[in-house]
Amino acid sequence: MTAFSPQQLSDFVYAEARLLDEQRFDAWLDLFTDDARYWMPLAPGQQDPLLHASLLYEDKLLLRVRVERLAGARTFSQQPRSRCHHLLQQPSIEHADLDGGSYTLRTAFHYLETRLDAQTLYAGWATHELVVQEGALRIRLKRVDLVNCDAAFGSINLFM
Amino acid sequence: MNIMNKYRNRPDAVRALVRDTEVHKDLFIDAELFELEMEHLFANTWVYVGHASQVPKAGDYITATVGAQPLVMVRHGDGSVKLLYNRCPHKGTQVVGEACGHAGKFFRCPYHAWTFRTDGSLLSVPLKKGYEGTGFESCEASRGMAAVGAVQVYRDFVFCRLAPQGVGFDEFFGASLSTLDNMVERSPEGKLEVAGGVLRYMHHCNWKMLVDNQTDTCHPMVAHESSAGTAVRVWKEAPAGTPKPMAVELFAPFVNPYEFFENMGIRVWDNGHGHTGVADSIHAAYSPVPGYWEQMVAAYGEARASQILGEVRHNTVYFPNIMVKGPIQTLRRFVPIAADRTLVESWTFRLVGAPDLLLERTLMYNRLINAPTSVVGHDDLEVYERAQQGLHARGRDWVNVGRLYDPAERGQASVGADGTSTNGTSELQMRNQYRAWARYMDTTEAVE
Repeated sequence: MTAFSPQQLSDFVYAEARLLDEQRFDAWLDLFTDDARYWMPLAPGQQDPLLHASLLYEDKLLLRVRVERLAGARTFSQQPRSRCHHLLQQPSIEHADLDGGSYTLRTAFHYLETRLDAQTLYAGWATHELVVQEGALRIRLKRVDLVNCDAAFGSINLFM
Repeated sequence: MNIMNKYRNRPDAVRALVRDTEVHKDLFIDAELFELEMEHLFANTWVYVGHASQVPKAGDYITATVGAQPLVMVRHGDGSVKLLYNRCPHKGTQVVGEACGHAGKFFRCPYHAWTFRTDGSLLSVPLKKGYEGTGFESCEASRGMAAVGAVQVYRDFVFCRLAPQGVGFDEFFGASLSTLDNMVERSPEGKLEVAGGVLRYMHHCNWKMLVDNQTDTCHPMVAHESSAGTAVRVWKEAPAGTPKPMAVELFAPFVNPYEFFENMGIRVWDNGHGHTGVADSIHAAYSPVPGYWEQMVAAYGEARASQILGEVRHNTVYFPNIMVKGPIQTLRRFVPIAADRTLVESWTFRLVGAPDLLLERTLMYNRLINAPTSVVGHDDLEVYERAQQGLHARGRDWVNVGRLYDPAERGQASVGADGTSTNGTSELQMRNQYRAWARYMDTTEAVE
């Protein structure tokens, strides 16, 4: 099993955010395993994604729907398009199983989403559960905990 | 500057805003009309506050807003549900600060420690001697936290009428309560619990745009083509034999053709209530949940269980500002904040005694359709917000609600209550709402 250094792990998280900021969504989707989940809990410290509401709890099919929808000609709420910006703190390695090829990273972030003249700031922590597949890092779970996850939001259009 | 009131103390001007097939744009953009709605419409009608399962034990409370009024709903010691204005009678401080909690036997104001029983009555005042001989007993403050005009708990759904006098609960809702009945009866134990948290989505548009949208069956295939249509398309690319995911089952009916929505029917009741989905609906073809049918048959017998689950009502509007989906156990509340600002709360219920998978499906539906992250919700909000801006345009002053208008519908207390229904793409329910709007905005009626 290929072992990944702390720098390589951090670089992976930075590169993922860059794909989102550059709106290279197909390449971004390729970072996820086929059984991956993208989870944004609604409650602080939420443990249950199924019997409690979340802001997002999506498998790869639903993420694919989002990505293809963003490219659609009749996606009226993206005319004009949103743009986004991630500012990440250095990830901390919460867990590393070099032999099993799995890693958990926690990254504090500020995320900006803009559309028209409006700009909205979100802040929180992203947790990446990474696995090694065919020698490369892949995301099995990306969990995004907003500091104000239970607040009333306007539309969140892109991906944190 | 125009210092004349355009609508205040001018009931004729307000009434003239609602025509048979159109309503004036000021209903959506005028700040004075919004104030009048808060003062009259939301005081004269029965407005949903919360569910009794949110306050199971004596002393449990939630806060809620009815119109512009901050309220606290609390379980009293005798088991009844009390509704109090969240305002200390002393200096006006909101006594309760949390969205929900447990007060114990009394509320205590954080400012000067005045305490109140859970029926609002004044329990104690520190240094009370200071009020001796001041006429305190005859002051408003000595009467404690004020209660709202009237409260009715219907099968655990708590409604209130802020005005002390006015239309009775049964008269106001009439046979429309059958949608709440059906949602309750979908539990093998005949019991619902609020479960799974609440999604809160801020909208920069008028609250009535959301209410209109609930029975607008000509928009899904247009506004939601990008989301539901894409979901169907992506699903088609899946390898043959892959089981149809729950999410696809929930999304797909949004892009059913017009004919489907025409055939599903619409039914309205007096006072602004009504529902789409009489004969069929987007919730009619969900996969069976293992074990549930057997539970329902054991509880109700086969014939009754079949009747309960055969009700596929789509969206039931309870005028003025909630919508209920019985078959998927959700309740949406459109909380008016300003003429151009509305908080949309989407609540979900557990069918007590039923398999967890039903709640899981309800929560998935709510997340996919009603969350601030929802690809369906995004496009709805986009069209509302464009309307909120567009309505300021000169040259056109009216919003059309005339689709499939029939002059005979005006005099009827209810349409379709006998089981018949009309074409599901009719804007009948919108017209029904606006007739009720004009009735309950009537400032000449007795309102305190």
